[in-house]
Amino acid sequence: MSVIKGLIFGLVGFAIGEGLAFLVGQDPFSDTAITLGYIFFLIGWLLGAGVWDHWARGWFGLKDKPTPTLASNGWMRYLMFSTDHKVIGVQYLVTFVALFLLAGLLAMVIRIQLLNPNGPLDPQTYNTVMSFHGIVMIAVAVATMIGGLGNYFVPLLIGAEDVAFPRINALSYWFVPPVAILLVIGSLLPGGFQSGWRVYAPWAERVGPSMLLFLMAFLTFGVSSILGGLNFLVTIIRLRAPGMTWGRLPIFVWGIFSAALLSLIFTQFVATALLMEILDRVVGMAFFAPDQGGGAVLYQHIFWVYSHPAVYVMILPGFGLMLEIITHFARKPLFGYKWAVGALLGIVGLSDIVWVHHMFTSGLPDFINAAFMTATELISIPTGLIFLCALGTIWQARMRLTTPMLFALGFVFNFAIGGLTGIFNADVPTDLHLHNTYWVVGHFHYTIMGGEIFALLAGMYYWFPKITGRMYNEALGKLHFWITFITFNLIFAPMMLTGLFGMNRHVAEYPPELGGINQFISLFSFVLGAGFLVFVYNMVTALVRGPKAVANPWQLRTLEWHTSSPPPEHNFHHLPQVLAHPYDYGVEGVPAHAVVAAGAAAAPASE
Amino acid sequence: MTTAIAELKYQIYNRRLGLWLFMLSDSMVFLALLAARYYMQGTHRPPEVNQPLGLVLTSILLASSFFANRADASIAHGDRAAFLRHIGITIVLGVAFLILVVAVEWPEALHFAPPSTGYGTALFSLTGLHATHVLSGVIVLLFALLKGKRGGYTAEDHFGAEGSIIYWHFVDLVWVFIYPTLYLVG
Repeated sequence: MSVIKGLIFGLVGFAIGEGLAFLVGQDPFSDTAITLGYIFFLIGWLLGAGVWDHWARGWFGLKDKPTPTLASNGWMRYLMFSTDHKVIGVQYLVTFVALFLLAGLLAMVIRIQLLNPNGPLDPQTYNTVMSFHGIVMIAVAVATMIGGLGNYFVPLLIGAEDVAFPRINALSYWFVPPVAILLVIGSLLPGGFQSGWRVYAPWAERVGPSMLLFLMAFLTFGVSSILGGLNFLVTIIRLRAPGMTWGRLPIFVWGIFSAALLSLIFTQFVATALLMEILDRVVGMAFFAPDQGGGAVLYQHIFWVYSHPAVYVMILPGFGLMLEIITHFARKPLFGYKWAVGALLGIVGLSDIVWVHHMFTSGLPDFINAAFMTATELISIPTGLIFLCALGTIWQARMRLTTPMLFALGFVFNFAIGGLTGIFNADVPTDLHLHNTYWVVGHFHYTIMGGEIFALLAGMYYWFPKITGRMYNEALGKLHFWITFITFNLIFAPMMLTGLFGMNRHVAEYPPELGGINQFISLFSFVLGAGFLVFVYNMVTALVRGPKAVANPWQLRTLEWHTSSPPPEHNFHHLPQVLAHPYDYGVEGVPAHAVVAAGAAAAPASE
Repeated sequence: MTTAIAELKYQIYNRRLGLWLFMLSDSMVFLALLAARYYMQGTHRPPEVNQPLGLVLTSILLASSFFANRADASIAHGDRAAFLRHIGITIVLGVAFLILVVAVEWPEALHFAPPSTGYGTALFSLTGLHATHVLSGVIVLLFALLKGKRGGYTAEDHFGAEGSIIYWHFVDLVWVFIYPTLYLVG
């Protein structure tokens, strides 16, 4: 079993690293020793988890062992180094839904603390809880959508057998468990995570080993994300089925493509920023020490060059999935397909010239702030196009209000509020007032939770029958939607209000006159949290004894519904031949999107 | 038979694309570090910088790229002996570069620009990260050499060799930006 073997190899590696540090005379708890120990732990973990058995043996002229399949290992393959994109997708989904629930519980802890102006936690513990919630939710928002749903459905949607590099795909998943281990250990060490998920220098360089673990965890997750992005790009560029032209690509695949492009290029910047902090700590470099010749806000620049595009890494697949689901359940062609694709790529283009809007209060010259303000506001143009496409598709449609459709419509509503409230953060004069208040927290949760997480939930209901072969309970699904949608708005709209009244984020206490509104927010947070019990109950019971799902329960056109639920080992029994646009519902004389039959693709496709 | 060759070409194209995307991504790390050097220090350069050493390092790497290219061309024509000879020279030059960096450049720099200064931070982070890349390049070239010795490559099917050579050119190209940034500007 990969997990146990990986842990054993990893611990051996850790001992080697610590031993090396001991030989050069380092304290075992020093930054140098921990860094060396972790590097060797990571190498050992990856080798043990399956890189050696299924990959590295080939480099030495030995024969690689076969990777686990349904036939050879049954359900145990989910715990092993499987190269099947569907297994990896499920591994990502299960891991990150578990992390999502854990980080959600921590949000409940935050709300318990904020029930009263002086809550039970001391500030340091509160900061650790808040930073943990932040970084894990960031990881969930990035990896559940791309690593989970993207991995499972991109090859199915483009009619491929698997991704372009199945072993790199497995590798990118097996980078994740060390991240979780580091975060859990680090949060329990004295000092905790005091800096928030952004790990700003110099604070993050001055707290004990716990912050070092945080930096290394974040860096490892970045590497995993880069490898994932690379794989998706080559897969989408090269592995499309015959007839699947760029103009016929489902919009969700376009969303993943744009996000993969961003994570391939920009994740390196956050990796570099974290590496610089580690070098400052371990080697004693002076990147962020202005008195020694470093730069005071250098960290912020490099960090936000990634971390602004990172929100598009989260939201672009969300846009794609929302449009995908709305089109299918409105049963109309997607309104302005080409404009939607252009908008996604336009956001990719703009996303790298807006980062300073996170730094309006760090004292940069006015002409820089003004330029970035203008660039930031330009983003509302492509985002507006996406909204027009969604609204144009809903217009005069006879919608089927299934659970995924409700979540997709909830996305449109929430993200409209999130987008409009963002304008005040993009404008320098208003942002100087709003910066570092709960207004920003409210705005951010409206876009990422109300947007991306709603899309994610929509996607999980939408594809649940395809992944598991069973049907979830529609009534419970709708109950979950209404609880989530109503309480979500009752939490985050008042939260923006507290920000306008001057309540600071990242602080364990607040002025006593804001007590009432905070109790209101906390109360509905607990209802929102309880709503996820409905979700978990629904998923688990459906998995165990839900009615069997047919191949295409909603009579939809796209390719994943042309194969059994769940799909066979290599997705399709015959090579699919794509004939028409995926969303041409109710258009006269248009053939099916694709045929999957023997001989259908015999004619060679134009490369 | 023809379908097998078509399939192989298709696979090699995919890998080549993956490698180029990886290099695009990787170059962002150096972009950030190069930008950080100018951000922190402008064009300031300590007068003690060893100019002959910089010239020698650059010459070694550029020469190694020439031999790497000859190795690639040789194996593409199925000339295994020439491939092994040229890739061997490339590895020797790469190791010489590494030795000069670790044994000459760094000890010298420790005197006039230790890592706790602005210029030292730029120098040690850029050359350190670059040396890590050179080391990984030498290792993959060694694997290619060993596989070539076993007869693992043919004129049609030699992506392992081609890929490591492309990567080697990339590592050299990065140095072409690092050299003026550390040795020439200012």
